[in-house]
Amino acid sequence: MRRIKSAKLKRTQCPRVAIALRLASFLLLLSGHLLSAQDVPIVSGAVGFFDSKNTGINFFQPVVAPVVVAPLGKHFLAESRFDLRGFYERKNGNSGPYQGTFVGSTQYLQLDYFASDRLTLTAGRFLTPFGTYNERLTAIWIQKLQDAPLIFPIGTRTTGSSDGVMARGALIAKPAIHVNYIGYFSASSNAAQFQAGRAAGYRFDFYFPGKRVELGTSYGRFLQGTHNNSSGAHFWWQPWRFPLEVRSEYAHGAHAQGYWIESTYRLSQWRGPDSLFGRLEPVFRMQQTFRNSPGAGDGLPAADTKQADFGLDYHLPHEVRLNASYSRKLSASGNGNIWDISLTYRFLFPMWRGHQ
Amino acid sequence: MKNIRSISKYLGPAVPLAIFLLGSLLAWAQAATPPQSAGRTPSPSAQHAKPAATNPGERAFQANCGRCHNPPEQLSPRITGTVLRHMRERALLSPQDERDILKYLTP
Repeated sequence: MRRIKSAKLKRTQCPRVAIALRLASFLLLLSGHLLSAQDVPIVSGAVGFFDSKNTGINFFQPVVAPVVVAPLGKHFLAESRFDLRGFYERKNGNSGPYQGTFVGSTQYLQLDYFASDRLTLTAGRFLTPFGTYNERLTAIWIQKLQDAPLIFPIGTRTTGSSDGVMARGALIAKPAIHVNYIGYFSASSNAAQFQAGRAAGYRFDFYFPGKRVELGTSYGRFLQGTHNNSSGAHFWWQPWRFPLEVRSEYAHGAHAQGYWIESTYRLSQWRGPDSLFGRLEPVFRMQQTFRNSPGAGDGLPAADTKQADFGLDYHLPHEVRLNASYSRKLSASGNGNIWDISLTYRFLFPMWRGHQ
Repeated sequence: MKNIRSISKYLGPAVPLAIFLLGSLLAWAQAATPPQSAGRTPSPSAQHAKPAATNPGERAFQANCGRCHNPPEQLSPRITGTVLRHMRERALLSPQDERDILKYLTP
């Protein structure tokens, strides 16, 4: 049954990934005629290998996550990110041979129009701007821990992407304070690479660059089937004086709510960031979810859950990063341990030589 | 736990509203004070113990892009404009920050 499903996945998803890639390459060809010397299109992203052991079940995920960015003239930018990964696990959970499936997804494929210094309009498929995690930390070469927070599905409706239009920019952009806004509308789509729900929402951020403190709030309304609201708040603090980063989010959905708070401290004050110890970055995340009512398929834990995650990132030379983490999950539906180890390599290069 | 649930029922919509009001208050307070704090350079033990960001471009990079990721180890001058446009959309860079970072990345 699983093999049949796997074969079906391959048949249905690969051509759609190919179509998405062809569309991206068409935009790249178009951009070749409209470039200045510093605007050569780029291919960026990362390749990674993830190994996880979640409550006794082991699985591997080789991942390629390419990002393509191509300027189109002075005011337009086409950008996309894909996630191509294999998922390998044992046939019977923790025994038998390993077998796998391939999953490809288009995380964003969007066209940006820089209308003014204070307004950027986006059309296409984009990352749903609810909270901070989805837009800023889901890239595999950025995330400090392999697993997303438990409350990630609130507001992002599990896929994390929306198909529609978005307006974003800065209401105030002074050296001491930035007030940023984002508003979006997403249409419903069932296409395999472009699944999204009909929804609308906004986010406001208040950022103080002098202190590197950010406060923000998000709201999303799901406009399909049973309408419901999601609201959230976030707080980030990254002091200038020492390499500490504190990030946190709270989100409230229709059937559950929760929070996460994550702190990292790179030991770069010990003989610099390129020293043996300076490359180490311990990570700690505490998170909790509260279930108010059953919400089948909402992607959140079925019962109240507490989880503590302890991670260690090691920033090797040449954009390679090794990450290992241990998580302890305490839940009314059962406690468990999660062990993760991953290796990622980040790449960034121009697509061609460009004009002199 | 029941108490937490009943409290959180009311707290849910109230927290974002409170954050919004608090942010507005802080924004108003910042706007009312002279902008010396923004021009202050970080201490020598700033982010990742790099030398203090003496030029505005490096500071703008650390204040915006550097909040999520480290700078790339190598960056060809041919792609700095593209990278900056990508970051303008992602990090909502102000025009001034964009100019400063471009100068910093393409000295």
